[in-house]
Amino acid sequence: MTKPLLDVEDLRVRFHLRTGTVEAVRGVSFQLGRERLGIVGESGSGKSQTGRAILGLTPPPGEVTAQRLAFDGIDLLTASKRTLRTLRGGRISMVMQDPKYSLNPVMTIGEQIIEAYKAHAKAGRNEARDKALAMLEAVKMRDPQRVFSLYPHEVSGGMGQRAMIAMMLVTDPDLLIADEPTSALDVTVSMEVLRILDELVSERGMGLIFISHDLKLVSSFCDRVLVMYAGRVVEELEAKNLREAKHPYTQGLMRCLPTLADDVRPLPTLNRDPAWAL
Amino acid sequence: MLDIQNLQVVFGTGRLRVDAVKNVSFHVEPGAAYGLVGESGSGKSTVLRAICGLAPITAGRVRVDGAAVTTPRGKAFYRTVQMVFQDPYASLHPRHTVDRTLAEPLSIHGEKDAEARILQALREVGLGPSFRFRYPHQLSGGQRQRIAIARALILRPKVLLLDEPTSALDASVQAEILNLLDDLRRRLGLTYILVSHDLAVVAHLCERLLVMRHGEAVEETTSVALRSGAASNDYTQSLIHASQGFTRAVRPSTQALAG
Repeated sequence: MTKPLLDVEDLRVRFHLRTGTVEAVRGVSFQLGRERLGIVGESGSGKSQTGRAILGLTPPPGEVTAQRLAFDGIDLLTASKRTLRTLRGGRISMVMQDPKYSLNPVMTIGEQIIEAYKAHAKAGRNEARDKALAMLEAVKMRDPQRVFSLYPHEVSGGMGQRAMIAMMLVTDPDLLIADEPTSALDVTVSMEVLRILDELVSERGMGLIFISHDLKLVSSFCDRVLVMYAGRVVEELEAKNLREAKHPYTQGLMRCLPTLADDVRPLPTLNRDPAWAL
Repeated sequence: MLDIQNLQVVFGTGRLRVDAVKNVSFHVEPGAAYGLVGESGSGKSTVLRAICGLAPITAGRVRVDGAAVTTPRGKAFYRTVQMVFQDPYASLHPRHTVDRTLAEPLSIHGEKDAEARILQALREVGLGPSFRFRYPHQLSGGQRQRIAIARALILRPKVLLLDEPTSALDASVQAEILNLLDDLRRRLGLTYILVSHDLAVVAHLCERLLVMRHGEAVEETTSVALRSGAASNDYTQSLIHASQGFTRAVRPSTQALAG
């Protein structure tokens, strides 16, 4: 097997608060090649904190420790801030949940993509502009020239999210972390955004970490799924084998969703076994 | 119970005019549950808001329990119709205890015996008396939504307007709230109007539903027909496809619809 792109072993994220220490992530380990990995869990399961810790975006007073947290052989825990800055947005980038809050409201979409590109590549103004337009075209904007000069409030949620994907992929990263990239979007729009993401990821051979609460969506989009509960990975499985999930939590999550296929009444609810959190 | 004829809702005038709801009609029998499905901007929530007086009725007729609604709505209206909002994190007053939140509708309507009714309302939504003096930040999302439902039910309304009641909640909590709503409807003989973008949720809770798009009614169908895949309309079909998860094969119908 070739060297993994990302190697995480025993990752822990702790928050030392006045009321005591909260362990948000408790010993997560996984390796990622150039594949699509899904991380699923409910709110508070530590899935987003796992994604943030990889990028060094854990907010203070959080503390990140790990046996190993290496990206392409670079130890992310001991790397200098300078190294981290070149990686972040350059070789590893992140798509956030809601384009309304994560795009700069007072800069045009084009300027924001240019800014992202020029932060990581030595390029002139014209080259950056061409690159930004090409990227907007790659995310299937109908009129890239027009979208280039629009402000974030002038575009719809789906377009905003595609603009963000364009911005994150303009530097040709090796790893993309997508934290609930479609939760703020409508079903049909989110399918289109996912399709674009899927194409770009397979075209460029990137690694993708897809963080979501939606088990059904993740299993249909990713190759492999980690199921998290209370800061731990309770189960790791191939996405296509989701139906054969062993852990009662994963099974419970699958069952409690209403489906169009059959009418179960009352819906089975999840009985949380305290032993799962141990 | 509820009869809506040619409802039209317009916001703004001239260049800023937005036709949020165009000519929507439907009828809901007492004790039935009716669903409104569509994407954001389809006008589904605006229909609910127009019924309970949070949005203007530009044209058309809304009849509740046989009588046309008046603007502004009177006290009697709110004894009959109550609403549960989408986000329990935003819809409960952060500095009011559960007790105060539940007591307010009672005092507005001059109801006696507040204490017993509050305890009963808590019991109905499956929470014990220990929750009575808590603040919203001391409750989980599911517990907050239960309080919001208790608040709506405390005046014994006949109609409950549910605006995406589970979309801010985790899947396992959603199942609990859906079961609770199902159970309450049976026990109290309530009439529901449920707005959701999730077809599976609507099909679970409602017998009949209306698919909306761009402010217009696209198709009225039943959840039985939806389950058997007998939706006649292309748009409904594309919603069914989208609800079944991501598919790698390109489907031109959904491509054409998005954007």
